[in-house]
Amino acid sequence: MNGGTHASVMGNRKNKAVVETVAQIVFTICAFFAVLAVVSITLYMIISGTPAILKVGLGEILFGTEWMPTAADPKFGILWVILTSIVGTTLAILLGVPIGVLTAVFLAEVAPKPLAAIVKPAVELLAGIPSVIYGLLGIYLLNPLMYKLERLIFQGSTTHQFTGGANLLSAVIVLAIMILPTVINISETSIRAVPAGIKSSSLALGASHVQTIFRSILPAAKSGIVTAIVLGVGRAIGEAMAITLVSGSSVNVPLPFNSVRFLTTAIVSEMGYSSGLHRQVLFTIGLVLFVFIMIINVVLNKILKKGADDNE
Amino acid sequence: MNKDTLYVKRKRPTDMLLLAAIYISATLAVALLLGIILYVFIKGIRTVNWAFLTTVTSARKQTTGIAGNLLNTLYIIVITLLIATPIGVGSAIYLNEYAKPGKLVSIIEFTTETLSGIPSIIFGLFGMIFFGETLGFGYSLLTGSFTLTLMVLPLITRNTQEALRTVPDSYRTGALGMGSTKWHMIRTILLPSSMPGIVTGIILALGRIVGESAALLFTAGSDYKLPKFTGAFGDNLAKLAHKALESGGTLTIELYLQMQKGQYDNAFGIGCVLIIIVLILNLLTKLAANKLRRE
Repeated sequence: MNGGTHASVMGNRKNKAVVETVAQIVFTICAFFAVLAVVSITLYMIISGTPAILKVGLGEILFGTEWMPTAADPKFGILWVILTSIVGTTLAILLGVPIGVLTAVFLAEVAPKPLAAIVKPAVELLAGIPSVIYGLLGIYLLNPLMYKLERLIFQGSTTHQFTGGANLLSAVIVLAIMILPTVINISETSIRAVPAGIKSSSLALGASHVQTIFRSILPAAKSGIVTAIVLGVGRAIGEAMAITLVSGSSVNVPLPFNSVRFLTTAIVSEMGYSSGLHRQVLFTIGLVLFVFIMIINVVLNKILKKGADDNE
Repeated sequence: MNKDTLYVKRKRPTDMLLLAAIYISATLAVALLLGIILYVFIKGIRTVNWAFLTTVTSARKQTTGIAGNLLNTLYIIVITLLIATPIGVGSAIYLNEYAKPGKLVSIIEFTTETLSGIPSIIFGLFGMIFFGETLGFGYSLLTGSFTLTLMVLPLITRNTQEALRTVPDSYRTGALGMGSTKWHMIRTILLPSSMPGIVTGIILALGRIVGESAALLFTAGSDYKLPKFTGAFGDNLAKLAHKALESGGTLTIELYLQMQKGQYDNAFGIGCVLIIIVLILNLLTKLAANKLRRE
């Protein structure tokens, strides 16, 4: 036999102990990588986002309504940008979540099994479509349609600035479509996880199938649906490339037919040519977005914890 | 006959209305989603041909092509996965096999969760100032890859963890009971049994990398040229290695730039290529997941 002592159980005990310790240390370091990443991202966002706040003033940036970063006397108010992100996300959620949840109900409760078996993978596939493709369709198909609608509504208006269809409403529709796969997948999973007893008790008491769905199943799947909504909010508020060109390019009051800037699109469209204080303000916008995302993350964590506790 | 009998089904207008809402929503969602894929595919496939895939856009040679972007995408995929896979798998092994449940684990799991919720534009900003400026890699494929590593790490960790959880405890106790060391047990028993889960994580990460744009715009840049291969084999090899330090735009970045310029035919062509890649990756994920379930 070759190999001799190496193959023996007793052989090289010291070596083995060293390997063991090294392995454990390496794995521990790997695990701390995520912590390190989140801590450094947080630190860097704060470090690069605060100089502009100190120079311009927090109130001036957050509540200022004038955005003229390259003027001789530059103004860096991002109130409309913040409001656009909030209003845009809210509208996208209001539009996308009902459709998404009802589609999830359809897949889990109404659709015949073979149909659901075809539709479900298609929805999963869509979660993987790159966001620039949504943007491409938005600018190519949606914007011209929006422009027609705009001309119809504002016919003869002298005060309205025509946007060529690149406006808040277009961006909202793109965002609503983009959150659909997330909302459908997670809601469907939570609807399917509702104990069969709840459904059969409701049916046995004489409730119709539809009544059962809306009075018993959906309330029981509440925590999953809330999770889906929060994830949808996160995805919508953080989306950049899909709506950069679709939403227009001027900082404006977030009204449906106005050309607007979101927190994300302001960064994408100006970072390339900005410098000095202008660039620092863009990092402040990044910091504002980061704060929003962190709040969403903490909320999500709370919901998931509560859901886990309820199930125990 | 009295209408209030068991034999006549009561009509509930609200029921009908809600059911109609369910059908309308589902039809709308499915039509939209399928419509998107089909539209991009059909509109884009006309542009996609051999020359489009193998040449570089050049005014002098009068060619339009995405070969450079394909190569850049490949570079970013390979470098990102080479870094992210060992770290992600290692992290999952620590969480599942070494760590004792407690504050530390919940902190690591919370940060992993947080990392997956951070939008890509924030990763882009961080990558630009940290890898690009502080560490001095500038606009390069390497900066882009480092940035994406942070982004896909949670995907790999989570999928590996899930796969490790499905390995029965008797495997562990059996191996340890027969005198195996822990590392030996992990290497020869746990990792092979959880391989389909790890592969699923890698494929999902791949999909995320291929589709990513916001995190790459300010880290990897937008160059679309191929390295010029001339001279000796060694020279060419050096050029390929040096490419990692140069700026390079992936397919998604090129799509964005083309659509910004209003070159919709090219944009849809790239979109079509992207959708085909996503379809293939999706299929591979399904295969890996099926394998995992069977075991």
